[in-house]
Amino acid sequence: MSHLLEVSGLSAAYGLVPALHRVDFHADRGEVVGILGHNGMGKTTLMRAIMGYVKVTGGEIRFEDTSVLGQPVNARARAGIGLVPQGRQIFPNLSVEENLQVGIPGKAAVVAQTVEEMLELFPRLKRLLDRRGGALSGGEQQLLALARCLCRRPKLMLLDEPTEGIQPSIIDEISETLAALTQKVDITIVLVEQNLEFIAGLSKRVYAISNGVLEKEIPRAELTDSRSVSAFMGFTA
Amino acid sequence: MDYTLVVALEMIRAIAWLVLLASGLAIIFGMMRIINFAHGEFLMLGGYTVVISTNAGVNEWVSILILAPVVVGVFGIIVERLVIQRLYGRILDSLLATWGLSMLMMGGVTMIFGNTVQGVSTPFGGMKIGAYQVPIYNFVLIGFAVLVLVAIWCVLKFTKAGLIARATMQNADMAEALGIRTRWVYMTTFGIGSAITGLAGGLLAPVTGVVPTMGMNLVGQSFITVITGGASVIAGTLSSATLLGTISQGVTFLTGPVYGDAALLVTALVLLRLLPQGITGRIFKRSL
Ligand SMILES: Nc1ncnc2c1ncn2[C@@H]1O[C@H](COP(=O)(O)OP(=O)(O)O)[C@@H](O)[C@H]1O
Ligand SMILES: [Mg+2]
Repeated sequence: MSHLLEVSGLSAAYGLVPALHRVDFHADRGEVVGILGHNGMGKTTLMRAIMGYVKVTGGEIRFEDTSVLGQPVNARARAGIGLVPQGRQIFPNLSVEENLQVGIPGKAAVVAQTVEEMLELFPRLKRLLDRRGGALSGGEQQLLALARCLCRRPKLMLLDEPTEGIQPSIIDEISETLAALTQKVDITIVLVEQNLEFIAGLSKRVYAISNGVLEKEIPRAELTDSRSVSAFMGFTA
Repeated sequence: MDYTLVVALEMIRAIAWLVLLASGLAIIFGMMRIINFAHGEFLMLGGYTVVISTNAGVNEWVSILILAPVVVGVFGIIVERLVIQRLYGRILDSLLATWGLSMLMMGGVTMIFGNTVQGVSTPFGGMKIGAYQVPIYNFVLIGFAVLVLVAIWCVLKFTKAGLIARATMQNADMAEALGIRTRWVYMTTFGIGSAITGLAGGLLAPVTGVVPTMGMNLVGQSFITVITGGASVIAGTLSSATLLGTISQGVTFLTGPVYGDAALLVTALVLLRLLPQGITGRIFKRSL
């Protein structure tokens, strides 16, 4: 069977400044692919290009064997791509419950049922349901952003730096929840991060991205050793 | 006793008047952040729809409750497609474009219908409270002001469409990633704001009569009410209309209508000096 997501020769630019250069990678059904890179290397641009916010200047993005390049963001979402964006982008003046409800397609009963399921997966959100999204802590917002994305039951989830600025206890919680989730449901995750430990704990394959160029795969054996990863990514420890 | 009742009634009518003027704009400006400088002309268009169709033999209530909102709503959707959709997030450009639109509409209506006041009869006549004669239509205005607010509140609070509209106005990019067609949401929301404005214009027409320049007198009061209220549609409109309506009508009773209008302005100015984000920028923050 072909790949769920196939990105080939993808280039993108902000005006004349290139941000992605001929990126090739793929993600298969049920796997977690990690992309590791420092600040400003193009991780967010890659996520936003796949989701449809960033105009690409060359290459191809295929999802379930169909090119999505001509499709607006909402169509890609309805095709089964979900995004947990950097900075979380919680709707600040909607309640936590409304943040979850808003993206769920279907009738009221389906909506309620889906919210229930999400609360099982993210029990910490239960007692926050009536709070304004904007009033949550960063970690709580991150859990909410994950739950909001999963409410749509995406086939592919794009995760942009879920650990950024989050307290360690919640990072562990996110990691455990995602690990349990991939065991339970058929979901593919593309995860971009600076956090080596987090990405190594979840991903089957990990690539490094540097200045908009996706480097070759980092062998799993080297992922456990931060010095060799640093060397791999062009930094000396 | 009768006098107190009449004064109280007049105050409530003044509040209802501001609510009707401002509700559609509260959606378009408060929620969508589009400065519709042609808001007064949208009201005018609603008024003309009622006067023209009633004089052509259509039942007056059908004209007010159906034709006015439909005509102005459809007009709003066309304007959104042609002009406004390019201007989201560009608040100054939206001001200039809709200013142009307002002059175009004034000119157009003057050309077609002439620059004279036209009117329709005010339904229901009057009733007596003690020695005072009160138009029964005042109660109609008050009733519809309540109805409009309750309807907007119910839609925003209890329907999926209302939730989607609120989410889209808060963060359209994120709403897109949740599968929401935000272009469509913007268009519909603008259309509904316009339709409510059309209904308001239709309801006011029997009181004010219509003239192509009538929007100029109304746009100021509408914007003052919405800006004073702040971003939330229901709580903002209701609280500022109550405050401004009571004070301006109170002053009108004591000293005459000129000072009443001035009092409205002064109150708004003082309030915005104290609460730059409007009333609901500081209190009732969570409300709709
Ligand atoms: N909206 C933008 N306009 C112009 N340049 C941008 C914009 N967003 C990102 N960039 C630039 O593109 C490069 C990649 O940024 P980004 O994808 O956000 O990196 P990362 O997510 O890895 O930190 C950086 O050099 C950044 O300055
Ligand atoms: Mg980033």
